[in-house]
Amino acid sequence: MAKAILVDTSKCIGCRGCQVACKQWHGLEAEPTAFRGSYENPPDLSARTWRKVKFIETAKQDGATRWRFLSDACKHCTDASCLAVCPTGALFHRPWGAVDLDQEICNGCRYCVSACPFGVITFNERTGRVDKCILCPDRVEAGLAPACVTTCPTGALSFGDRDQLLGRAKERVVQLRAKGEKGAELYGERELSGLHVLYVLQERPQVYGLPEKPRFAAASVFPGFLMSAVASVVMGVVALVAFRERGGRGEE
Amino acid sequence: MTNHWIDVKNADAILIMGSNAAENHPIAFKWVLEAREHGAVLINVDPRFSRTSALADLYAPLRSGTDIVFLGGMINYILRKNLFHREYVVEYTNAPFVLDPAFDFKDGYFSGWDPQKKAYDRASWKFQTEADGTPQLDKSLKDPNTVFQRLRRHFARYTPEMVEGVCGTPKDEFVAVAEAFAKTGASGKAGTIMYAMGWTQHSKATQLIRTSAILQMLLGNIGVAGGGVNALRGLSNVQGSTDMALLFNVLPGYLGTPTKKDHPTLAAYLEKETPKAGYWVNKPKFLVSLLKAWYGEAATRDNDFGYQYLPKNSASYSYLDLFEAMYAGKIKGFIVTGQNPAVSGPNSTLERKALERLEWLVVRDLFETETAAFWKGPGVDPAKVSTEVFLLPASAHVEREGSYTNSGRWLQWKWKAVDPPGDARSDGWFVNQLAHRLKALYAGSKAPKDQPILALTWDYGKDEPDLEKVLAEVNGYTVADGKPVKSFAFLTDDGSTACGNWIYSGVFPAEGQNRAKSRKADPPESLGINAGWGFAWPVNRRILYNRASADPKGQPWNREKALIRWDPNAELPDGKKGKWVGVDVPDFRPDLAPDAKGGGNPFIMLADGKGALFAPLVEGPLPEHYEPVESPVKNRLSGVQFNPLAVIYKADLDKLGNPKEFPIVATTYRLTEHLHTGSITRNLPWLVEMMPNLFCEMSRELAEEKGIKNGDAVVVRSARGEIRAIAYVTGRFKPFKLGDRVVHEVGIPWHWGFMGLAKGDSANVLTPHVGDANTRIQESKAFLVDVRKA
Repeated sequence: MAKAILVDTSKCIGCRGCQVACKQWHGLEAEPTAFRGSYENPPDLSARTWRKVKFIETAKQDGATRWRFLSDACKHCTDASCLAVCPTGALFHRPWGAVDLDQEICNGCRYCVSACPFGVITFNERTGRVDKCILCPDRVEAGLAPACVTTCPTGALSFGDRDQLLGRAKERVVQLRAKGEKGAELYGERELSGLHVLYVLQERPQVYGLPEKPRFAAASVFPGFLMSAVASVVMGVVALVAFRERGGRGEE
Repeated sequence: MTNHWIDVKNADAILIMGSNAAENHPIAFKWVLEAREHGAVLINVDPRFSRTSALADLYAPLRSGTDIVFLGGMINYILRKNLFHREYVVEYTNAPFVLDPAFDFKDGYFSGWDPQKKAYDRASWKFQTEADGTPQLDKSLKDPNTVFQRLRRHFARYTPEMVEGVCGTPKDEFVAVAEAFAKTGASGKAGTIMYAMGWTQHSKATQLIRTSAILQMLLGNIGVAGGGVNALRGLSNVQGSTDMALLFNVLPGYLGTPTKKDHPTLAAYLEKETPKAGYWVNKPKFLVSLLKAWYGEAATRDNDFGYQYLPKNSASYSYLDLFEAMYAGKIKGFIVTGQNPAVSGPNSTLERKALERLEWLVVRDLFETETAAFWKGPGVDPAKVSTEVFLLPASAHVEREGSYTNSGRWLQWKWKAVDPPGDARSDGWFVNQLAHRLKALYAGSKAPKDQPILALTWDYGKDEPDLEKVLAEVNGYTVADGKPVKSFAFLTDDGSTACGNWIYSGVFPAEGQNRAKSRKADPPESLGINAGWGFAWPVNRRILYNRASADPKGQPWNREKALIRWDPNAELPDGKKGKWVGVDVPDFRPDLAPDAKGGGNPFIMLADGKGALFAPLVEGPLPEHYEPVESPVKNRLSGVQFNPLAVIYKADLDKLGNPKEFPIVATTYRLTEHLHTGSITRNLPWLVEMMPNLFCEMSRELAEEKGIKNGDAVVVRSARGEIRAIAYVTGRFKPFKLGDRVVHEVGIPWHWGFMGLAKGDSANVLTPHVGDANTRIQESKAFLVDVRKA
């Protein structure tokens, strides 16, 4: 049964409990930051920040201010470009939908970094591999919700069977529209054959920095013919180099 | 809170004002969102569009320090449009009481103002009485001298135009708020008001909160599920500290502290402080039982139960007064625990200087705070500081057990998760050691000054105190057998009972039964009373004044959200029939029928049992707007510029700014990511990562005027000092248009200081030592600054 996180932005207060819970569960260090004229920090998702809340100020046509919050991380696509371009199989689908990452196999080639239509994968300079949200498989497969969901105080994040959450999300959109939130819409149902993070948005996706029509990007990174045996040779070399580099660094 | 956090879900309208609840109470905010899911309208009024505003259905801006005008405007709107709950107002408040015709209000002053003494003679602030001494009534509310008519005339000046001109709230936005909230005046509807430091830190804060109480009584919103005036406490146990005499003017359970002048003896205290009617007639039982709890066998009838051991006030000992006295060199030693005044206190330059004048300072904390390190702070030469500083490691909240009282008055027991590291000790351990060692130090002394310590009962164990034993003493017991009393109804004034805090009585009703530990939750679809979860003071009552949730005949205004009702057939223990029944503990005599004498007087703590629309405080019996002590504009409502009884301190560092030099309004606030002075949170890398630096929020218009860009370093200056911050230029702050004038406001979080991982200047360098007329809480939510690019 496919699982998913539902992010209901209409219930999010931007407290960033999810952002910290993620760091705590996965033991991710804090990054040095500076206040740059927004509550949002760190500036981007990174190897040490797999989930962060975006703070978006908008002004409606009547001049009324809006402040939108979006808990942002990997969307766990069904048609996952990262997975398609991964030469080593480090990126793989869990049966319930998570796009997981096996650090042991990752060779640090970074094809996934450029393939991801959402820009959520980052190269980790320290390990020489990539990092991203993996949807807490250790928790989920033990019957728990991901750390971010468990910590959310308002119910803006919920976790469960994707079908059920999809039904709830649709109802929510109808409800919000009836209440006057004309811009309310569902994101993630059909995008890339279905995301495992569903969003109830109050504005157009691009307001939140989400691509209107995310594209399966494997083709733009890799010409098709390379997706063959040749590739695996190339990858093997890259992997070896990367491995050596890591080994070398370890001795410093 | 008159109500409690979960009860917020029962509201039909929620007005959050003077609070940024989503930011500062993110966990409990879920109850606000649940109310919204049920169709409640969420209203937020705030100087800037905040995290709370982001979730609100209605948002209206107002200039800091003008809340009385906004609420007064709502009162005026409701009275003018006849939207108040008439039966509630007539039957349950003092609206129909007829005032002395000599009572008056003219150009900012109530009758009785003495400009020489700078005080009021309250002789005219009284009701006309019948021959038997009870107030004259006019239930038609037509007599021009009724409280109702006086109130109406008083607030008639608070028009939507006045709101716009003073608060800077566009008229239509104000009217939208007034209209939405006024709908709760309908019988069976409930509106709640949630406030916090945005209301308490003003020079007329008490009157501001009174204005909200008047509004709520007019709408029939007090005593009902989903209603109330609800103070959101800023820490997990602030309510508990307040209940246990954190405030300088009360003993545990809100018994006033005795003063040298008025209360030389126990008899004098009881004579002067015990009212003739209302529940406070029991005050002697509470005070004598408190003395018995504290002084045990040393408290006898012959020695006034040890009353002489109690210190007697000869001056005000408020926070501001203590720091002024310290600055004047009158205080030798200072123990600081759970506090960081070098960052949290207003006019921090003065307060840090005051610490230099101490002989010794003890700080107990998790990290070396700015208070502990004041001697190496900015501009301080350690060689010139002679204060001896002791820094003791304290335990964190997960490293100790005890009861915590939340905003909703619930006592909940918390168990220890881990032992504190190293030499760190719990607060209980520290107090226990201090008491034992002082007693040993004074042992055998005959000096009168040592007797209060020697007489103190102190038997909670040697090392870590047994906190359940403390709670059992707080609950109270019969002296003869040491058995717990079931509630304060069993306390006496003859020395046969002891009780550490009468309002907590009932939390430990029998040996081994600590109700703070009970954990039986109500089902989610219920009203959320949760009588089996923890213990709420008083007597496990969850919603105060709940007699008012039923009509004069004793039937609920709202049957679906009924709290109690009169059941004429319910049987009493003695076989008689007729009692109050329901999901909550009645805030009323359980067998007093609605048609009996006093059966329709729901406010039992007051002598006349009626909600006080008219209620004397030091600066008047009705709230009136005055500008903050530092304000950029003239008071438009009267010739009196600011609260004539505001407490303004006058030491050399207590400077006030004028609007020519400092034309911009400033306010301070907190962020979700940091707690108070940041003494813990600025040492946690994950939190520092999210909120690394001090910033100053300002509008685009102000930034443009000053040539400041988002992210620029700026200097913010007040008459007290200046700080550096990073400019946060945002559309969420808008300039206020007051008639033909534009007034700018900036906002600065007050979490930063010179210690910790994330260092920065403290916002309180800017704030003044100006206190509310009744409470002496500092006016740090509205003061004047100027801003420039650094």
